[in-house]
Amino acid sequence: MKFVDEFREPEIISRVVAEIRRLADPKRHYRFMEVCGGHTHAIYRFGLTDLLPENIELVHGTGCPVCVLPMGRIDDALELTSDPKVVFAAFGDMMRVPGAAWSPLAWKARGADIRIIYSPADALKMAEKNPDRHIVFFAIGFETTAPSTALTLVRAREKGIQNFSVFSNHVTILPAIRAILDSPDMRIDAFLGPGHVSTVIGCKPYEWIAQREKKPIVVTGFEPLDILQSIAMLLRQLQGQLQGEDAKVENQYTRVVPWDGNRAALRAIAQVFELRPYFEWRGMGFISQSALRIEEEFAAWDTERRFAIRGVRVTDPKAAQCGEVLKGVLNPAQCKLFANECTPEQPVGALMVSSEGSCAGYYNYEHRKTLYSDCCSSVRCVP
Amino acid sequence: MTIPVPARPKFQDPQIEMAHGAGGKASRRLVEDLIAPILLNCGEPLGDAAQLGIGGTWIAMTADSFVVSPLRFPGGSIGHLAVNGTVNDLAVSGAKPEALLVTFVIEAGLSSWELEAEIEAIASAASRARVVVVGGDTKVVEHGKADRLYITTAGIGRPLPSMRLAADSVRPGDKILVSGPIGDHGVTILLARGGLDLEADLVSDTRSVFPLVESLAEAAGAGVRWMRDPTRGGVATSLNELARDAQICVVLDEAAIPVRDEVRGACELLGLDPLHIANEGQFIAVVARQYANEALQAVLNTWGGERAAIIGEIREHPAATVLCNTGYGGSRVIDMLVGDPLPRIC
Repeated sequence: MKFVDEFREPEIISRVVAEIRRLADPKRHYRFMEVCGGHTHAIYRFGLTDLLPENIELVHGTGCPVCVLPMGRIDDALELTSDPKVVFAAFGDMMRVPGAAWSPLAWKARGADIRIIYSPADALKMAEKNPDRHIVFFAIGFETTAPSTALTLVRAREKGIQNFSVFSNHVTILPAIRAILDSPDMRIDAFLGPGHVSTVIGCKPYEWIAQREKKPIVVTGFEPLDILQSIAMLLRQLQGQLQGEDAKVENQYTRVVPWDGNRAALRAIAQVFELRPYFEWRGMGFISQSALRIEEEFAAWDTERRFAIRGVRVTDPKAAQCGEVLKGVLNPAQCKLFANECTPEQPVGALMVSSEGSCAGYYNYEHRKTLYSDCCSSVRCVP
Repeated sequence: MTIPVPARPKFQDPQIEMAHGAGGKASRRLVEDLIAPILLNCGEPLGDAAQLGIGGTWIAMTADSFVVSPLRFPGGSIGHLAVNGTVNDLAVSGAKPEALLVTFVIEAGLSSWELEAEIEAIASAASRARVVVVGGDTKVVEHGKADRLYITTAGIGRPLPSMRLAADSVRPGDKILVSGPIGDHGVTILLARGGLDLEADLVSDTRSVFPLVESLAEAAGAGVRWMRDPTRGGVATSLNELARDAQICVVLDEAAIPVRDEVRGACELLGLDPLHIANEGQFIAVVARQYANEALQAVLNTWGGERAAIIGEIREHPAATVLCNTGYGGSRVIDMLVGDPLPRIC
């Protein structure tokens, strides 16, 4: 397949892997965090850890918007559907995320009108076609998806569509990275920067990570070669740091990410959203100025203003160690519930729900590979 | 003295959800933990068709229901599926399909010409698959109580003497054969629903696989150990069932798996794995290593089997697992389908 196979070319991959092995100091242990859930998924799906030397550890970060959404928000949204006029529309990934008692999918099986859509524009079309219903779009995602929500709201206003509102759960990536860096039990050497978020915000907003925190960061694409090349770039920066060079922000994903971001998308976000003073992140607690709510000007399309939202707070099951996994302190298999009570089919913690969650990735693609230590050599064929 | 009651695995799910019909893990739980313990008294792994002896004659028997939406899609319609699905269940159980019963559940309001078109589709698919329709039933429900048309077919077939299929006969070293490109049907249906604004030049693979199975049986019947038609849940789910039933490991070679570019492209965009996508005209077979070449050649030389391939092999460890080696030295576990395939959000 064109423009995909080129980034999975075995020969080039083995060259980059050889380069990584040459650059990695065998006496040193490296911890690189991939911030984006898309990277976590790709790393597991493409089996990239098999290719890396053992002293390079990939720590899975907070960049899965489904994973960090507190359960109470789902309960709040599902409660709205007790009004038979309300249709709950959301992306497919939200459907199996459990609230305190039910997931949207289970709620749908009991008769609630819950629909999977592929873009917010579909939700708006649904509102136009069903004037006697009220469509609540459950908006979720980082800066990647916020512009499309924003433009949908602008269009709703232009068209004067009244039976449509957005329940905003949009979050922003930088406060989360800051929270990780501020966490006392955290030791990360460098970051694989998010690819899709950066198509919108560009690379500049990460400069403080390099300048103040002295951590190299490389904005990275999602194919095997992208990720491996970025790891090589991080290793080169770390080597340079030993010789007194400064850490910097680099852009590996130049075919998609402009250095200054996408101005039109940023303008759309600024027009429609404002920062919330604080927002709860599942597993990490409240983080100030880390989420987007809808501006006063668009209040008529803001679910939280149009409906009485209870603001349910649900604490995670005590035994679940999502927070530690989310911050990269534990690896998924070290959680007590992993693969016992908590599986992708019956998730307890959110990291098990989305395919971009680190626990689901580890469960789906990785953990049974190592059940028998003698077999690993036979399935590994490191070039 | 108390008589020990055999422990019955209990079905824990509080309600039936769409995932129980998606062919993956939840479907397996529903059948194994709720239906089979009450209705079936055999402890054997469940195959695509049952074989039973009546008065000294062995027959294979199966049934399948069809609820596809939309009713018509590129390459076929619910009528074609209803014939080919049941025919294929018989074929991959090592039986020659002979006769079908067809039952319609019709929603009041369905236009007569649409029903007629499906009856014609059944007739033409049956004649192509060389089976006869010998009876059936018709029910009509109120408008709104069903989605237009559901069809159930039951079929009987004659077991082929040259094939003895059983999961527990599978041995390390055996090869996995697939009859052609995977994922065509599922992706065609997904695109035909029209919600995605994606278009591709793709048609469903719905067809009878019996001619391919027959060639395989003639060339390497004694070496064929296990077969399935990977419908809902895809190749991944069928192979996971094999891995669990036989307590072996299936290792796939990703680069060898035939997948059309259109299917790969759609799956990449939607975050799906072609291994989890439904097929309606393919089979996978486990063939003893020494028969593998003859088996592959036999299928390749049969009309419709031109893209058959050996896609992997059986190993001992890790048991009950399906692994996939990527073309560049990594590997990943391939699990059964969980839930309904849903695209990712970012």
